[in-house]
Amino acid sequence: MKIIRTLLIISISVLIVTGCSRESVPNTRGVYMLMDTSGTYTKELKQAQKVINFILATLNPGDTFAVARVDTGSFSEKDIVAKVNFDDRPSMANRQKREFRDTIDKFVKNVKGSSYTDITGGMLQAVEYLNEAGAGYNTILIFSDLKEELREGYVRDIPLQLSGYSVVALNVTKLRSDNIDPREYMDRLADWEKKVQSGGGQWRVVNDLARLEGIFSK
Amino acid sequence: MAASEIFMITPNPVLSGLIWFVVIVIALFVARTHAHMGIRAISRVLHNAMRLSANSVMHAEKTLIQRNRDVLMAQGREAAERIVEREFERVDATVRRDLAEYPALHRLLSEEITQIDEDYKKSTEVPPTPPAWVKAVEAVAKIPTGKGDPMVGNVLEDIHQSLIKANTKATEEYRKSSHERHELLKNMMPHWRKVKQILGQVDKNINSLLARSVTIDRHMDEYESIVKGTDKSERMLSSSSLTQFFISGLVLAIAIGGAMINFHLIARPMSEMVGGTNQIMGFQINTIAAMVIILVEMAMGIFLMESLRITRLFPIIGALNDKTRIRMVWAFFSMLFFLACVEAGLAFMREILMEEDAAINALLTDSQGAGVTGSSYLWITTAAQMGMGFILPFALMFVAIPLESFVHSMRTVLGVVGVTALRGLAWLLRLVGNVSRFIGLTLIHIYDLIIFAPLWIEKLVKNKNKDEETTSEYEPDKTVNIRGIAQ
Repeated sequence: MKIIRTLLIISISVLIVTGCSRESVPNTRGVYMLMDTSGTYTKELKQAQKVINFILATLNPGDTFAVARVDTGSFSEKDIVAKVNFDDRPSMANRQKREFRDTIDKFVKNVKGSSYTDITGGMLQAVEYLNEAGAGYNTILIFSDLKEELREGYVRDIPLQLSGYSVVALNVTKLRSDNIDPREYMDRLADWEKKVQSGGGQWRVVNDLARLEGIFSK
Repeated sequence: MAASEIFMITPNPVLSGLIWFVVIVIALFVARTHAHMGIRAISRVLHNAMRLSANSVMHAEKTLIQRNRDVLMAQGREAAERIVEREFERVDATVRRDLAEYPALHRLLSEEITQIDEDYKKSTEVPPTPPAWVKAVEAVAKIPTGKGDPMVGNVLEDIHQSLIKANTKATEEYRKSSHERHELLKNMMPHWRKVKQILGQVDKNINSLLARSVTIDRHMDEYESIVKGTDKSERMLSSSSLTQFFISGLVLAIAIGGAMINFHLIARPMSEMVGGTNQIMGFQINTIAAMVIILVEMAMGIFLMESLRITRLFPIIGALNDKTRIRMVWAFFSMLFFLACVEAGLAFMREILMEEDAAINALLTDSQGAGVTGSSYLWITTAAQMGMGFILPFALMFVAIPLESFVHSMRTVLGVVGVTALRGLAWLLRLVGNVSRFIGLTLIHIYDLIIFAPLWIEKLVKNKNKDEETTSEYEPDKTVNIRGIAQ
């Protein structure tokens, strides 16, 4: 009996010590995807749909997912096309995934291109949204050619606070001018990388949409 | 002032070094006696402290050995008592089952024997008595008559005919009675066989009892040996404990494997009940809930085995009266059954969730056909999962048996490990003690080696003065050192 008691005390102590020593970081993920809907990039939205479906299949109960369009002024909740905080119960989460997919399908069918591209505003909105969601691991996906075009008067020269965020640029297509001078493309990528890293975030580019598995790798 | 400035007495570094060396050697020579005493004292302190510690550890080791022995003997005695008790229970059962029927058996045997006896009496052969008038015939035959007297001849002829007739009749009667006797003897056969069968059964029962008594004798010998505390019984029990430890450890490892499968079976569907994202102490709440269910099942199983008196981990349960104990058996079994049903339901839910996941993945990846292809065979995995969910709690119930052996044998194994560790510690302490003593001696020699020049000069001076007492200044140290080594 003494041995059993001793073993019980030891195991409880180990459990408490190991349990208390862990940081209480939520094990959930928060994903915010920005979809460029400006000009000719709207043609790429079919690809974006596939990416969204892939992300939906990857996310688990408790995770947060939002898809927002990038248009003239993206620092607005109105630009969020669909958002969901998946339920704890797997069956409910699956139902939410179906509804989310339907919403995106409707949006892609009826989307109209915008004249300007406010990516920075979209990122500010993404950070705000994900901070509120309070997920453990946050990822911002930018489905765009990363060519930012702001309407006159819009101020976006704001440092981003991306500490603990992972920013992934998807399907960064080359523009006609990039083909003439590839340095423009490379400079564009370098500028965004610098912007994200100076804000404390991690930067990655995934152009091959057949290799989406890597977008959540830490 | 920097260290280099202190060192550089002269501009020449070699000369400065030489001066410093001479100064240090002289200082060491002057302080030689005290330095020797200091080094020796430190080494002795260390040596004695280590020796005392080693003695203390050895004392603890002896105490532990004695304690291990006591525990081992107590466990062995308990186990032997248990075995002997079980043997007596079996003997009691045999006596109740077989010998309780002995009066009936005896009556049956007596009836059979009486029947055989009666048949035997009936079958006794009685020789047929000759007719009474034969003597009269003999008298007539002796009557003196003349030759050729036809009257006598006729009388004799009649008598002869009568005799033949009587003889024929007697022979027939004899044959008839013999036939009846043979029939009686023939009828005795099944009675003999039955008697033989009954006696065989009695013999078997008696032999079974004799065999049990031999086993009890053997166990009693072992028990007496344990009570006497002989070395042989200690070795036997120790070896038995180690074997039990490894075997029960292996079985427990298998049981842990079963528990893990069980855990994976119910962990995911538990998220439908308690959610899958909240955490307690870094663990997801659904995994904790699944683990708790499995642990509760194991606890119920252990209590059930305890109530059935198969194991004896909790003496309080074993000491309960039979009525309460049997009530507890039913209570634990009901709870276990309920949990097994819950697990079967969760296993079913798991299958539904998996199907739903497959469907949603197929929908999102535009491969709708993938989820439908194998649907006709899905009932097999569903049934298998439900079956496992239902059976595993009952299978885990039996973990109580190896657990009891493991706990009991672990005490012995821990004792053996403790004794070995203490022995090793004592050896280490002695080693450190001896090493410190020899290091002290070595330091003294190195000290003297550094100041060999003044020592040599001192020796020369002393030799010159023929002062024998002081010339052997080095010798007493040596003597002490040698004595120190001899210790």
